[in-house]
Formats: sequence, structure tokens, C-alpha cells
Amino acid sequence: MSAEPILSVEGLRVRFGSGRKAFEAVRGVSFELYRGETLSLVGESGSGKTTIGRAIMRVHPAAAGSVRYRGREIAGKVGAEEERLLRQKIQMIFQDPMASLNERAKIDYIVSEGLYNFKLFKDEKERLAKVEKALLEVGLLPEFASRFPHEFSGGQRQRIGIARALAMEPEILIADEPISALDVSIRAQVINLLNRLKRDRGLSYLFIAHDLSVVRFISDRIAVIHLGRLVELAPAEKLFERPMHPYTKALLSAVPVPDPDEERDKRLVVYDPASHRYEAGAEPAWREASPGHFVLANEAELRDWTTGS
Amino acid sequence: MTHSIDGAPRAPGEVLLSAEDLVIGFSLRGRKLTAVRRASLTLRAGETLAVVGESGSGKSVLAKSLLGMLDRNGRIESGRVMYRGVDLAGFKTEREWLTVRGGRVAMVFQDPMTALNPLKTVGEQIREAAALHRGLDKAASRALALEMLGRVGISEPGRRYAQFPHEFSGGMRQRAVIAAAIACGPEILICDEPTTALDVTIQAQILDLIKGLQRDLGMSVLFITHDLGVVAKMADRIAVMYAGQVVEEGLSRELFYDPRHPYTWALLASLPQLGVKGEELFAIKGTPPSLFKEIRGDAFAPRNPMALKVDFEREPPFFDISPTHRAKTWLLDPRAPAMEPPDTVKRLKARIAGAARAAGVAAEAPAAGAAEAPAAVPEGPKPKARRARAKNGKESER
Repeated sequence: MSAEPILSVEGLRVRFGSGRKAFEAVRGVSFELYRGETLSLVGESGSGKTTIGRAIMRVHPAAAGSVRYRGREIAGKVGAEEERLLRQKIQMIFQDPMASLNERAKIDYIVSEGLYNFKLFKDEKERLAKVEKALLEVGLLPEFASRFPHEFSGGQRQRIGIARALAMEPEILIADEPISALDVSIRAQVINLLNRLKRDRGLSYLFIAHDLSVVRFISDRIAVIHLGRLVELAPAEKLFERPMHPYTKALLSAVPVPDPDEERDKRLVVYDPASHRYEAGAEPAWREASPGHFVLANEAELRDWTTGS
Repeated sequence: MTHSIDGAPRAPGEVLLSAEDLVIGFSLRGRKLTAVRRASLTLRAGETLAVVGESGSGKSVLAKSLLGMLDRNGRIESGRVMYRGVDLAGFKTEREWLTVRGGRVAMVFQDPMTALNPLKTVGEQIREAAALHRGLDKAASRALALEMLGRVGISEPGRRYAQFPHEFSGGMRQRAVIAAAIACGPEILICDEPTTALDVTIQAQILDLIKGLQRDLGMSVLFITHDLGVVAKMADRIAVMYAGQVVEEGLSRELFYDPRHPYTWALLASLPQLGVKGEELFAIKGTPPSLFKEIRGDAFAPRNPMALKVDFEREPPFFDISPTHRAKTWLLDPRAPAMEPPDTVKRLKARIAGAARAAGVAAEAPAAGAAEAPAAVPEGPKPKARRARAKNGKESER
């Protein structure tokens, strides 16, 4: 991990609709993604985690705040040259491998569609070499290039989705629940693959997920998001060992653990947003409780949470 | 009201529903797919049995067949489904099935969006179910529906009764579906991935609800899921399915802390929750076998790096490990070489053995006892195993 963030998001807001119907899905989110790091955004449906990913991909415009890639502002309008670069360097992997591949195209075309769009090859020979390299890298055979998506299993299709992203030689991969739709045995294969690529290629992942327990294994840092705001961000192990925000605690208690004895003794914590006393003058702010461990709290809460349990 | 099936109450622990050597086939575009291949299950009064498996393992098909809800191109080819002395597999008409479905055995599906009729109010749908299966009049069934809405944790039942499904959130919809199921007063509740479509915090609440209802109403629950975390929370007993067969079954603690089938090992070892950060996760190679083809030997053998030669040739019988725990693998044959489970599984075992010692509960019988003596793999189950082999051997010759 280098000290320079490859991506930094500051005070990001995303709004849908306008006037009285306006809804703010992302309400002032800030975080940094470092080179070679996996940062996970964890939240429930409707928390805005996918919207953040899409705002970085420039699918949704940011209503306020900034998104910087290598120090350059990329929220809002950018030049054509910059646009090209971003489309290439920030890639996305999707949740459902059954829905994210063009059923009528061969794997060869699916993997090289981006290469065609950006003319990233001199001749046919180089294109084929790039496709082959991408397929090999995700553990698929080069001869699969002439097949159609329906000939593959879910795990293989997810690998094709990853190969398609890799062919562009990205620096950042935004993975939106890439393993949620996969079976347990297939899930392990894809997790290992993502970890290996990170190591070998120095990729940075923004990993969007709803399941805290799976995220622990792959993340360097975890950010918990609730209703469009980050409530806690910490190194993965620290978040599990010393969760501070009551919402984080509720999420942790809700995830079923594959251990019957532990499950039997576990008590479910339910998060009640009304438990906060945020009167005027005691509004919560994004505070650093200990090095690298941030939490959304007012001063009184921060005192309670750091000294208490 | 007349029922072809008598409704005498059962003692706890008695077998309520059992599937015996079920074979279920589907015809798909001229080809035959055998989704369930001689699977057997028993559900006892008052217990929760979890059926775990990956997609395509046949767990949902098996559950649906117990209620006569197979898709039209599927049918039970052989085997029996015994419930209160009647073989349900012999049922031909919807009329026959309706004597069981709903009133006796109710089902909750994965997707609460599609389980409810969008054009009718939620309350009406629960009332109808109660009226149909309990023969209640309008006022009585309405009162029952209101009571059930409250019972499943829906606040202001009076107002919610008149609302439509689209006015309910996903979690609330699933509560309403559960209300409709229990309004019929079933003794068995089949839940097919009831929380897979829900958020984790909502999932935890629904699971607690199902547990509470089971305890209070004395129901038996057959819980179908792929999530081993959910299994650990819910199950008294577990059956692991692979390629249309039950490959291991036992008490929850036996399955988690002393698993014996290589597939169960692999399933546990590939969980990221149990993995060690920075290390490769144990991954099962390949994909499940095609059920269009006949499977020879042990279905898991091609993906099992520890497979024995016999695994590719002969299907293993069940070997008993304890009176409640059995597994269908040649590894338990006394002639098989001793095989070590993956490290993750050993760690689980060690953790529980350590915890048991620390708490001084040696009396925490079968699982803890077995966990402390991992060397018992070859010797322990011998006599029973032989018996089991002899019995099953005969059966497979038929």
C-alpha cells in the first residue's frame, strides 16, 4: 500500500429526481482507495453502496463533492482524452454472471469488446494474444474463446466477466457483489482468483457487498454504509474486534456464523437510529477514534464508544 | 370436515414425514434429468431438519415433491413419501394433495414478491387460506388472519390487513407469507430458502421468528438452504445433499464439528468465514456432475482429490458413525486408508474440543466425545458400518 491514494472520494452526494421528489441516495461520503488495496463497502439494500460505485464509474453524476483519480478530478465534465483513460483504467465486475454477458456473442468478442472500442491492438494477432492472456489469467482455456456464454457454469461466467475487465489492463476494479450469486464451492474459486490478481497485478478493488463475514476474508479495510452515509471505516480485523457504531454491531450480530455453538450463544443486536442523541450542537461528524479507525459520532458518543465496550 | 388422513397429535421425536429412496426425474427437451437419485429423509415431530446443498443438488425439488408441487415435466419415478401412514407419492389428483398441502404441511418460498397475489390485500390472502384449510366462516377467518399478522410481528395488523403486497417491504412480505402458512395450522412447515432474498438484519429477524413459531406451535420445520451460517442457527439435524443424493446426515454439532464426507469437508473448508486471511481458500475443483447422464460410483469422486479407486466404480453405501450420524462415503469402510480432513475442518474440531474441555462438559455427549477422538475414524464405526454395508449392499443389488 502506498501513501498516495489512487482514488479519493470526498463529500460525495448523489441525488435522484428533482424538486420535492428529490431523493439523496448518497449523502456526503468520503474515503480513499490505495494502490493494491481491497476496500469493501458494506451495507444493506438501499444503503447507496451500488450508487457510490456507479458514481465513480461516472454512470450517475455527482450532485456535490469530488472524486479524484490519481489526484485529478473526475466527477463532472472531463476532456475526451481523460474520459478514454478512465473508461479503461476503472473497470467493473457485476453480481449476476447469468445476466452480465451478451448471450449472442462469443467469448472472444465479449472479452475483446473493450479492446475494439479503444483500438487497443495493432493487428488481429495482438488482439487474439490479449484475449488468450486474459482467459489464461482467470484460469480458463484459450479455446473457450469460440464458445457462447450459455455453455459455461456460473463460476466460469464470472471468470469471463473478470477476464473482460482484465483485458483492458485496469488499475481499479469496482466489484459489485461479484460472489453473492455464486455457490459456496464456486465462490472460493473466485475469491482466490481475485486475491491472486490483486497480488500479481497490484490491482485496487472497491468491493461492494452486503455480507460482512465474506468481506472480512478479502478486505484490507471495510467501510460500513447506512442510508447513504458511512458510519464506520476501519482495517478489516479492527472492525470485527472493536466495532464502535451501533449499526456496525447490529450488522455483525445479524450475520449467521457457520458454527452452531457460537450461533446458540449469540444475541441479536437491533439497530435503533433513535438511540442517537443528535440535538443541535451535538451533530455527528466523521471522527478518527484511533489511527485508521473512523466513525460517525458526536463527541459524547465517541467518548462512550472508545472507553466503553 | 373430513380428511383421509387422521389428525391425532404426535409425540415429540416420532417420525412425521419420511421420504424413502425417492427418485425424481424431469423430461427436458426429450432428455431425461434425474434431479433426485434415491434420496431418503426423515422429519421428526418438533425438530428442525436443514437440507443443505448447492444449486442443482436437488434440495428444492425434493422439498417440492413432498407437497406434490413438482413442475409438470417432473415426476416421482420410484420411492415413497410416507406421512401418517399414507404414501403421498401415490397421489394422482390435486384433490388428494389438498388433504395434506396447506392444512397439514405448509410451505414458505424464497421470493415473497411472487408468493403473494399483487391484486389482493395481504389480509384477504391470509384469511382465504385460513378459511379454506380450517373451514372457518368469514368473521372467524378474519379474526384469525388479524391474530396471525400480529403473531408474525407486523405492527398495526388492522391497518396492514387492508394493504396490498406492494405496500409491504420485502421482510414484511415474508412475514405475511409466514402468517398465511401458519394460519392453516400445519404441523410441518417447509421453508425453501426463505431469507435468501432478504438483507442480513431482516434475515436474522425472520429466522428468529420461524424459530419462535416452531417452539410455540410445536411445528416441525424442514429448512432448505445453501447457507451454512443459517443452518448453524436453525438446525437440530442436517442433511447434506450432493448431485441428487443425501451424502451425510446427523445432528447439527456432529455435522459441523465431526463431518465425515469429503464433500461436507470441502463445503466447510471453502467458507471464507472459516478461512485464514492471506492464505488460499480451499476451493472445490470443477463443477457438479451433469444429472442428464448416469452417475457411476460416488458422484463427488471426480472433484475429490482424495478419491479412492472404488469411488469411481461403486456407489458407496451409508456407514453409521453414531446412532444419529451417517455418511455415504467409502472412506468409512474399514478397509479404506485413513484420510485427513482439510485444516479448516480440523480447526473447527479442535476449537470445539478445546471449548468442551475448558467448560468441563465431557457429558456433552456424541459430538464432543467423537471430536476428542479423531483417531476413531477407522476403528470407531466398524461394527455398525459393517451392518450398514450389508444392509445397503442388499438394497443396491435389487
